[in-house]
Amino acid sequence: MLKRVLLSLLVASALSTAAFAEEPKSGGVINAVIQPEPPGLMVGLVQNGPTQMVAGNIYEGLLRYSPKLEPLPGLAESWSVSEDGKIYTFKLRKGVTWHDDKPFTSADVAFSIEFLKQTHPRARGNLAQLDKVETPDDYTVVFTLKQPFGPFLGIFEVGSLPMIPKHIYEGTDYKTNPANNTPVGTGPFMFKEWQKGSFIRLVKNPNYYIKGLPHLDEIYWHVIPDAAARAVAFETGKVDVLPGGSVENFDVPRLTKLKNVCVTGAGWEFFSPHSWLWLNNRQGPTANKKFRQALMYAIDRNFAKDVIWNGLAKVATGPSASTIKYYTDKVTTYDYDPAKAKALLKEAGYKGEKVRLLPLPYGETWQRWAEAVKQNLQDVGINVEMIATDVPGWNQKVSDWDYDIAFTYLYQYGDPALGVGRNYISSQISKGSPFNNVEGYSNAEIDQLFADGATAFPDSKREDIYLKAQKILTDDVPVAWQLELQFPTITRCNVKNLVTTAIGVNDGFRDAWLDK
Amino acid sequence: MLSFIAQRLAKAVVVLLAIVVFNFMLIRMAPGDPAMVMAGEAGASDQIFVTQLREKFGLDQPLPVQLYRYVKGIVTLDLGFSFRQQMPVAKLIADRLPATLLLTVTAFVISLLLGVLFGTLAARFAGTWADTAITILALIFYATPLFWVALMAILLFSVAMDWLPSFGYETVGANYTGFAHVLDVGAHLILPATTMGLFFMATYARMTRASMLEVKRHDFVKTARAKGLRDAVIQRRHVLRNALLPVVTLAGLQAGTLVGGAVLTETVFAWPGIGRLMYEALLQRDYNLLLGVFVVCSAMVLAFNLITDLIYRAVDPRIEFAS
Repeated sequence: MLKRVLLSLLVASALSTAAFAEEPKSGGVINAVIQPEPPGLMVGLVQNGPTQMVAGNIYEGLLRYSPKLEPLPGLAESWSVSEDGKIYTFKLRKGVTWHDDKPFTSADVAFSIEFLKQTHPRARGNLAQLDKVETPDDYTVVFTLKQPFGPFLGIFEVGSLPMIPKHIYEGTDYKTNPANNTPVGTGPFMFKEWQKGSFIRLVKNPNYYIKGLPHLDEIYWHVIPDAAARAVAFETGKVDVLPGGSVENFDVPRLTKLKNVCVTGAGWEFFSPHSWLWLNNRQGPTANKKFRQALMYAIDRNFAKDVIWNGLAKVATGPSASTIKYYTDKVTTYDYDPAKAKALLKEAGYKGEKVRLLPLPYGETWQRWAEAVKQNLQDVGINVEMIATDVPGWNQKVSDWDYDIAFTYLYQYGDPALGVGRNYISSQISKGSPFNNVEGYSNAEIDQLFADGATAFPDSKREDIYLKAQKILTDDVPVAWQLELQFPTITRCNVKNLVTTAIGVNDGFRDAWLDK
Repeated sequence: MLSFIAQRLAKAVVVLLAIVVFNFMLIRMAPGDPAMVMAGEAGASDQIFVTQLREKFGLDQPLPVQLYRYVKGIVTLDLGFSFRQQMPVAKLIADRLPATLLLTVTAFVISLLLGVLFGTLAARFAGTWADTAITILALIFYATPLFWVALMAILLFSVAMDWLPSFGYETVGANYTGFAHVLDVGAHLILPATTMGLFFMATYARMTRASMLEVKRHDFVKTARAKGLRDAVIQRRHVLRNALLPVVTLAGLQAGTLVGGAVLTETVFAWPGIGRLMYEALLQRDYNLLLGVFVVCSAMVLAFNLITDLIYRAVDPRIEFAS
């Protein structure tokens, strides 16, 4: 008995010590890296990664998402769905103000929807099923859909549907509004200064609607164009946070072994970056299904995971990442098996025709990966020619379908209807865009399944549909899936609570604090 | 002299316009365009988005119309609008030019002074260990890639010794003013300026040495010696002055290219100058910005060529201006 009491006391003491140790502290400045320099910070107009990473502190969405992709309150404190899945009612937080002290109301939400339909291609797609938006009072917004849209509750994070201040943008030319250079949001940090080419400075929003937040006083985002120089800046203590992808992969083990350095792969669950090789389904050897299957057996994806990505990845089993909804691994799988690859190449009647491989021009990691794949393919007798390009050249070649095999990775946005289907449905075959069904895969059954999956209700019906789609796709191999990527966020260990949601650093530093 | 300058300026304007047209066509031949790059960066795009961007940037117009508009803008000193940075090109360049000038002028002065000094010493002590040491060092700095020297300098002076900052123009957030700010910028300047200057220093040292040894063989040097002039006076007044002519030519040519030549140094050291701006504009196919930087760089080359000719006249009064 005494033992149990003592044990309980010990546990209680340990817990209270831990709780004490993790008590957030106020104040301090965080220095982080941003690369490349964003073209602008008005996230409603510019949707590239660096813009969201900085602007995720300034702007907010109606919802945030847990690492398991469950919706969390953002600017909306609660929400409900009608029984037929067509009406979504959001209750907004009261007492929220924009950085210029004007109140945030439902009118801003309705305005933001109209704004984003004009400027934000992803939001335009996500809102295709939206029939109308009603604002019965200042703190209630009612979205009515034309038909149920399964992923609707998943489209409200800050990068997908940021809230835009109506009083600043209404009646103006959005793209030339002077406020684009001094962004005004509701977020925990306010824009203060941008010295182009050097740094962006954000300061604490003293009127933030959650008492006690944010903890930090300021954030400096440093623009350092060279990856090696970014690693040195972290190593010499000049920056505290390296968001995912800031340094080359081969530098990650060295940096994470430094004293007082922590690393996490979390915070990418919503985006779930999924890499694959686009295989041109229209012409050449890659038009043959057996050739495509041979590629899957020929490539040693575990080698790429362990050596090129330092283990910070997972071998992809199919079109969906394991972190998004309705994923299954009960599909046709392709382990590394050069002998099987050779047999399939023979069956496909491959005669050594030249195959052009287009690496992704995103730095040394991708170049090395392409070289490893080239070697794998040559080992089974495929005649590979590597094509060198820069980013615009890559965009052009892929958009013009001028390739045989092309590396890529795309975000999945938490739901197959938002980020997976676009690569496989035939309505997304459109020359001139590098982010759709570039491989030219066309299958009426898949088209129907993704169409049904988006609008089926309730969720259980969606699950059946997507499981079936994954099975068909892994048989057909329209593309050669490679890895589910993890972009590690590297920080000093005294930076606490930085990654708390499914979009990690992109959700801003609202909850982060410095253990001084 | 004034008519010479006026004539050269008139020719320079024609050359500049020819450069603008040539560069305009050259950039358009590269694959991809800014709309596609920005659509790519957005991670998702549709045809409406790309079309909107092309309309906004005027890229939907036929190429001759785009060229006409651009040249018309240049004639009225309007360098256009940066597609990606969403700012007037002239402002972007004006914001970045001081940092580049500070870097390149410092590198230029360091390299010229030290290059001529080491070249003179090598020539003065030709054949001795000092000459060999200077020649070998000059050869090493001349042959080593700039980015490698930069990274090694960072590793040594920033990482290992922690003496100097490794990136940026100033200590962000320190808010230094007055002399403290000058010292801070100076500390940030040492590594990039020295790295950049080493290559040029090597060329000047080699050129000065070779030129001085050549001049030393001339009769007027023997005459000066026969007159009983002191060696230091002969070296300074007769040998060095005559030997400097090819160095001035080289320095003039390099001074013109310094602004555009800072790309690598500015990228490695995150120096916020126009060399980096040009590099980023190229990768993003930001046509107007790239052309704007080219225009400024070309104008600098033309200006320095003219200045070099004028300095030539000052160094060697025998040279006359042809009208």
